[in-house]
Amino acid sequence: MTALVNIKNLYKKFPIHGDWLDQISFANGRFHMKREYVHAINGVSLDVQKGEALCVVGESGCGKSTVARVVMGLLSPSGGEICYEGQRIDHLSSNAMMPYRRKMQMIFQNPYASLNPRMTIKQTLEEPIRWHQPKLATGELKDKVAEVMKSVGVDPSWGERFPHEFSGGQRQRISIARALIVDPEFIVADEPISALDVSIQAQVLNLLMDAQEQRGLTYLFITHDLSVVEHFGTRVAVMYLGSLCEVTTARKLFAAPRHPYTQALLSAIPRLEDEKPDFIRLKGEVPTPVNLPSGCVFHGRCPHANDRCKREVPVLREVDGTQVACHAVEEGRLD
Amino acid sequence: MALLEVKNLEVKFGLRSGAVTALRDISFTVDRGQRLGIVGESGAGKSVAAFSILNLLSRPGYISSGEINFDGKNLLKMSPDQLRNVRGNRISMIFQDPMMTLNPVLTVGAQMVECLQAHTRVSKEDARKIALEKLKLVQIPSPEKRLDQYPHELSGGMKQRIIIAIALLLNPDIIIADEPTTALDVTIQAEIMDLLLELCTSQNLGLILITHDLGVVSQVTQQMIVMYAGKIIEQGPTKEIINDAQHPYTQGLINALPQQGVPGERLYQIPGAMPPLQRIPKGCAFHPRCTYAQERCEKEQPDFTISGGCRVACHMVEDMIKQANVPASEEK
Repeated sequence: MTALVNIKNLYKKFPIHGDWLDQISFANGRFHMKREYVHAINGVSLDVQKGEALCVVGESGCGKSTVARVVMGLLSPSGGEICYEGQRIDHLSSNAMMPYRRKMQMIFQNPYASLNPRMTIKQTLEEPIRWHQPKLATGELKDKVAEVMKSVGVDPSWGERFPHEFSGGQRQRISIARALIVDPEFIVADEPISALDVSIQAQVLNLLMDAQEQRGLTYLFITHDLSVVEHFGTRVAVMYLGSLCEVTTARKLFAAPRHPYTQALLSAIPRLEDEKPDFIRLKGEVPTPVNLPSGCVFHGRCPHANDRCKREVPVLREVDGTQVACHAVEEGRLD
Repeated sequence: MALLEVKNLEVKFGLRSGAVTALRDISFTVDRGQRLGIVGESGAGKSVAAFSILNLLSRPGYISSGEINFDGKNLLKMSPDQLRNVRGNRISMIFQDPMMTLNPVLTVGAQMVECLQAHTRVSKEDARKIALEKLKLVQIPSPEKRLDQYPHELSGGMKQRIIIAIALLLNPDIIIADEPTTALDVTIQAEIMDLLLELCTSQNLGLILITHDLGVVSQVTQQMIVMYAGKIIEQGPTKEIINDAQHPYTQGLINALPQQGVPGERLYQIPGAMPPLQRIPKGCAFHPRCTYAQERCEKEQPDFTISGGCRVACHMVEDMIKQANVPASEEK
């Protein structure tokens, strides 16, 4: 297996106070420049292998959606590199980026917001091909749209309808069709099923799995729902406060979670089988990403934290085929 | 007699195109110390059911028939003044989005004092003391500090704890929680659910929990109701329904959960989507999506059949139970 996408030591920070004019403040008879940043991603390195579904999980605010957007080139990184098939793409001009845009497509969370309400379904689906393959004949284009609509389970005769005429599940199918229509290799899906109902979630998840099988797609799947990861993911990356805690295969993660945060996260899933919620309680709340904690970002809430965790930032280390960033695991304090 | 009894409740929404029935034939009871879960997909009418208990429906929605008896009195026949004595005092409500429920321009303390003074004659100082006591009850860190903070200074989990504290201010008998954890993360959700469960047992509260999450229902509640297109389709002890659901829709919902599937394999899926209220099909509302649907399901609305400790509205279950009972009576 070769890596399709490499994320190398990625950083992304957002200024809180906007541009330089907004940063100026006046106090004590003097002007000050006030610069503060939200540190959304702090040194994330990940490889997405060809043909796999890599799931990125974490709680809200951990930077998982930012990773998706930076990989797609919707945001430019503050540091680090994104490579596609070994080619660095994060600093390309929009013209040079064009061939990559065709290979990488994105599915967004909210199908109510991601489809243009003034365009019919057909227009929405035709637009990407007209843009990427302008020489394609009109007949071929029509066939292509009909074929993709059929493959996602939307009747091609509905092409003249507008998005508001469809239910949430159907709209998400249409946005999946829009991503598939240019025959991409790599799809970034940012919480594609969390806005949908339970019975519809299963339909869309099945559709994504079928598409992967038929087209040999590679997924970067962003989600907060761990039970989806267990079902769908090949490998999993767990994020906390902009850093990776644990990267491993889905099976290993659920059989033996290593990082204390992953353990707490797994124990919090409401399952049907057990009756009494017996979960690991974490102390306190997620700290603000404006002033990151020193050392391990998780140390303030970790039941196993010691002095070293407060000082030293842990790096991902390989333990039995699992990559874990934790001093306690490295020292064997957890067992 | 149970403390709260909802009997054959029917709710309609008057639209320009005519009245639409949002709820029909809803009946359930809740007592102190009991925990009832109402489950369904969006549009099933579970929130409408919760709102109509306290008569909080706003136009164009209205209760067209049925009874809601609380402590022996029909809430639907009460004057607004009498109803105000029930709302908050006896039955209180927790809403879905903690960011929207709290007033952003008032401190937490001011909102809690306001609520207490609106319902009882207490001085501001005493009201603050009660507020502080309730904040301690919901295990909020440094409660004294929180009274003087504004909602935007608090995280989502803390806001939801404060909303629970406000709901407890007047020592109600029953709490209605409408998707209390949907807007929160899993770890916070587990903490809030744990807190609600603990409060229900320690304060002997009745709880009506409205959610779409079957996992949450199975962990917190004793009884549950499954709703589809404005009707109850299955009702009974939670354990029985989760372990051995009778109605095809409930079975489908449970099997469609990713945690029930084999990793890497296709999930069980219910075809189609829930119909909008204007276009609820004739007969059993679920029949176009049901794999077991027969001719009878298209024409006749199913009645409730008793199956074990549950009530199920399904022709197939009815037939199965009839068949199972026939040989038993012949043997006698």
